[in-house]
Amino acid sequence: MTAAIEASGLGKRYGRRWALSDCTLSIPTGRVTGLVGPNGAGKTTLINLATGMLAPTTGTIEVLGSKPASGPEQLAKVGYVAQDTPTYAGLSVEDHLRFGAHMNPGWDAVLARKRMSQLGIDPKQKAGKLSGGQRAQLALTLAIAKRPELLILDEPIASLDPLARREFLQVLMETTAEHEISVVMSSHLVADLERVTDYLIVLLSSRVRIAGDIDEMLATHYLLSGARRDPATLPASQQVISASHTDRQSTILVRSAEPLLDPSWSVSQLDLEDLVLAYMGNTTTTASAETGHKIMEEQR
Amino acid sequence: MIWLTWRQFRWQAVTAAAVLAVLAIALGATGFGLSTRFDQAGLSTCHSVCSSAASNFISELRGTPYAALFFGCVILMYLAPVLMGIFWGAPLIAREFEAGTHRLAWNQSITRVRWSAVKLGLIGLAAVATAGLLSLMITWWAGPIDHALSLVGGSPSFGGTRISPVVFAARGVAPLGYAAFAFALGVTAGVLIRRTLPAMAVTLVIFAAVQFLVPNFVRPHLIPPVQTTAAMNAFDNNEIMISSPGNKMTLVGNFSRPGAWILSNRTITPSGKLFTGPAGAACTGNSTPNACSNWINTLHLRQSVSYQPASRFWPLQLIETGIYLILAAGLGWVCAWQVRRRRA
Repeated sequence: MTAAIEASGLGKRYGRRWALSDCTLSIPTGRVTGLVGPNGAGKTTLINLATGMLAPTTGTIEVLGSKPASGPEQLAKVGYVAQDTPTYAGLSVEDHLRFGAHMNPGWDAVLARKRMSQLGIDPKQKAGKLSGGQRAQLALTLAIAKRPELLILDEPIASLDPLARREFLQVLMETTAEHEISVVMSSHLVADLERVTDYLIVLLSSRVRIAGDIDEMLATHYLLSGARRDPATLPASQQVISASHTDRQSTILVRSAEPLLDPSWSVSQLDLEDLVLAYMGNTTTTASAETGHKIMEEQR
Repeated sequence: MIWLTWRQFRWQAVTAAAVLAVLAIALGATGFGLSTRFDQAGLSTCHSVCSSAASNFISELRGTPYAALFFGCVILMYLAPVLMGIFWGAPLIAREFEAGTHRLAWNQSITRVRWSAVKLGLIGLAAVATAGLLSLMITWWAGPIDHALSLVGGSPSFGGTRISPVVFAARGVAPLGYAAFAFALGVTAGVLIRRTLPAMAVTLVIFAAVQFLVPNFVRPHLIPPVQTTAAMNAFDNNEIMISSPGNKMTLVGNFSRPGAWILSNRTITPSGKLFTGPAGAACTGNSTPNACSNWINTLHLRQSVSYQPASRFWPLQLIETGIYLILAAGLGWVCAWQVRRRRA
């Protein structure tokens, strides 16, 4: 099956600074994929490369099997909601829908109008006068009503208040489920993604730390705590993600396909946020970075 | 795409249409009065020696609203291209960058090259059409004055003839080229600078510089100028200037080619050097003008003139317009190429 986004050795340099380097990943279709990472990890750069807004300095990226923005057909297949959800401040909502209709052969006018009326957005209203949440909804509607196969969203809800956030994600979920659109959305807030995504990619310093199905991810990570112990003594089936020690106690995050039965540990499971933070955390050592790489390769 | 271009451009289009309409009314209302005066001066029926009728016609216009309108039109014709460059060209894509809306526009099912080509093409055509209509109206309206001026070889109160630098740029087809170039320059500045205001400023500065350099250094050589060298007769209404101390003497020979654009008019010595004096005793002190002229004629000076004859107005117009259109097309290509490889 063609991947939604497939990158290999992808890098982007601005002057002497690499915004993204040696990024290799594969995002499956049919999923709602969350792309998380701290600010500066390269999320926006990756998304700009995936939408063809940027050209890579090194490596390749393919979206739905073709070069991003390579032609009208490719553009029609990908819906994109950019950061800060830009719209034309001077144009009315109605004009935006007309804009969508003129610019996209696959435009679904019924869907677009229905969305706007369900959200109670006045079509006569100028986009510049809309609230942040309404503007984000308008941008989302423009991206969805062109009936793409893949929807890419770059921190679409970062600037919204909690209520608008919830509403936005709800609309996103309903429509994408209804039209079977693959979704890739970035955020630095795991809590937002947790509700809506089923596949997660953690990007750190432009490298994929972990990628996979969220349920599986949660089910295979264990937090061990007990008397101080060298992580190297753990069985080979348990990959150490992070470890912290006090004088007497060790807390170790491991990934293991098998259940943990060692009675000397008190075993607990993490929620997604803690898990992601553990992968992004300062406790990362070279060893665990390698582990992360290995995990990624297993996923592929 | 055409819809979007129109939707984003309609206010500018309405403004341009309003300016054209007001001008059409003003010129239409006064144009017939002007041609009546032209007829009354006997110029429409005059076929051989018309310069005195023409000079009467011109001097009677001095101080009338016609004269004011004549210069108003020249100024408008100079401003129109640069205004279109600043207000239509510079913001066209720079404003999208500023608002981030290029990220919206470039992710519809239309390639960026097409997006920029349609915008550039349509609004560029609108700019050219606007300049064309302006020039057509003004060239028609000023026709009687231009005709009379060409008969008398220019007038201090109306500038030169239509081939002279001041009027040339406000007549014929040249303004179409200027409009296309100014517009493309504005868009290019906007694409490269990505900020509307600095792009506007850069457009103004570059266009003004080009409009200064072309008439002074390029246009005179678009067609090799006609060179004439003839013996100078000091009795021929020449200008003689003598500056003391040093008795430096400057002679400008009279040269009459109605409607020609005189590029240089030098008085040279038999050895081919520019004549600078010194003035002989016959030209200083209390001697008579005739004595001075006689003395000058003993020097066997020659008058060397380089000029573009009036008949070259249209060839020069067409060549210059062509050059500006090629420049505009080149800039348009730069824009499309920049947009295509553009970073977010």
